[in-house]
Amino acid sequence: MIETVKAKAKELLESGNIQGFLGLIEKNGHIAPHLFTDPVELQALNLGDREKAGDARYPLTKYLIQIAKAHPEHIFGILVRGCDERSLKTLYNWNQLDPNQVVPLGFACPEELAEACECLQPYPDACEAGEKVSGRSFEGVAKLDAMERGERFDYWNEQFSKCIKCYGCRDVCPVCFCNECSLASDDLIQTKTFPPETPLFHLVRAVHMAGRCVDCGLCEQACPVGIPLRTLYKKIYAIMDSEFDYQMGYSEEKSPLNLL
Amino acid sequence: MNYTTALTTCTYCGCGCNFYLEVLDGKVIGTIPCKTSPTNEGKLCIKGWNVHEFVQNPKRLTKPLIRKNGQLLEADWEEALDFTASKLKEIAGKDGPDSLAFLASAKLSNEENYIYQKFARAGVGTNNIDHCARL
Repeated sequence: MIETVKAKAKELLESGNIQGFLGLIEKNGHIAPHLFTDPVELQALNLGDREKAGDARYPLTKYLIQIAKAHPEHIFGILVRGCDERSLKTLYNWNQLDPNQVVPLGFACPEELAEACECLQPYPDACEAGEKVSGRSFEGVAKLDAMERGERFDYWNEQFSKCIKCYGCRDVCPVCFCNECSLASDDLIQTKTFPPETPLFHLVRAVHMAGRCVDCGLCEQACPVGIPLRTLYKKIYAIMDSEFDYQMGYSEEKSPLNLL
Repeated sequence: MNYTTALTTCTYCGCGCNFYLEVLDGKVIGTIPCKTSPTNEGKLCIKGWNVHEFVQNPKRLTKPLIRKNGQLLEADWEEALDFTASKLKEIAGKDGPDSLAFLASAKLSNEENYIYQKFARAGVGTNNIDHCARL
């Protein structure tokens, strides 16, 4: 699969249709985000797989925002999985990226990753490499929903109480781009205190992410204390789906909450 | 157009978390925790996440300052080192080496910190040495 991706990226760069390809590279013994401009470098391209599939994923679409803004004259290729494509769609919706400036190169995630992520669609719509595997349902959410109310409340409070307020969930998020962040607003939370208010700090973020989160799971991976943020945001997906018939990351328009 | 990610180690404490500094057209614009680093596995604390903000901060000192008549004035290294050495000698001579204390920094390399404590212990003659990463 990776050879197909390399060949397609090479084709794009050599054709002159794009001036740079944002992907991942293996260098210094690590996997790093990298802007390929020379097709020769593509030999070291990596899909974000180290020891297991997708264990070195990065929010590439987030990095592209700043690069594309600084160079509006250029067109960029970008390596995308299903979740990256969902974030692209959301960033287009919010005018953070211009679809005319972006050429996505999509590939499908393998079975084990789809399973681990409980991903609804573990492949991009424009999928050019890899075999598509079927989506999964949110079993983690169902497990928590099955808990008795008080028990579930205690569970979440305990999880949130571990927070060290590193803001990593925000900083890694591909769809966090606000100039004024809710989590830096004194009107919503206590900004200069520690520990963060439980559960307010996380609920402020959760409410803000409603209509925007694309279920990439990078926040949960970046969390130093292991708060199951992905399960929390999957629950929000389920609520947005059932109450507003809006599928975060899949719908083509901005969420209905934007009218509020 | 030049976008690079430079792998480096956090300078805030002794943990040694790895991250990439995003450099766009010569300017440091972001910090990306390294997922394949065995130390931090793609995670960082709030200080690490914001390293890119101090690297090129205009408030950062780039020249030594000496306080003269209550005002901090820029000085060259020769003058600053001469001043520091003579003051250290003066204080150690008058009140003994234990009247001095040395504070090392996580922003130095391991080797620089080693030399620093050696300077305090063997050079000046005091064990009054500590480090900012005593979190």
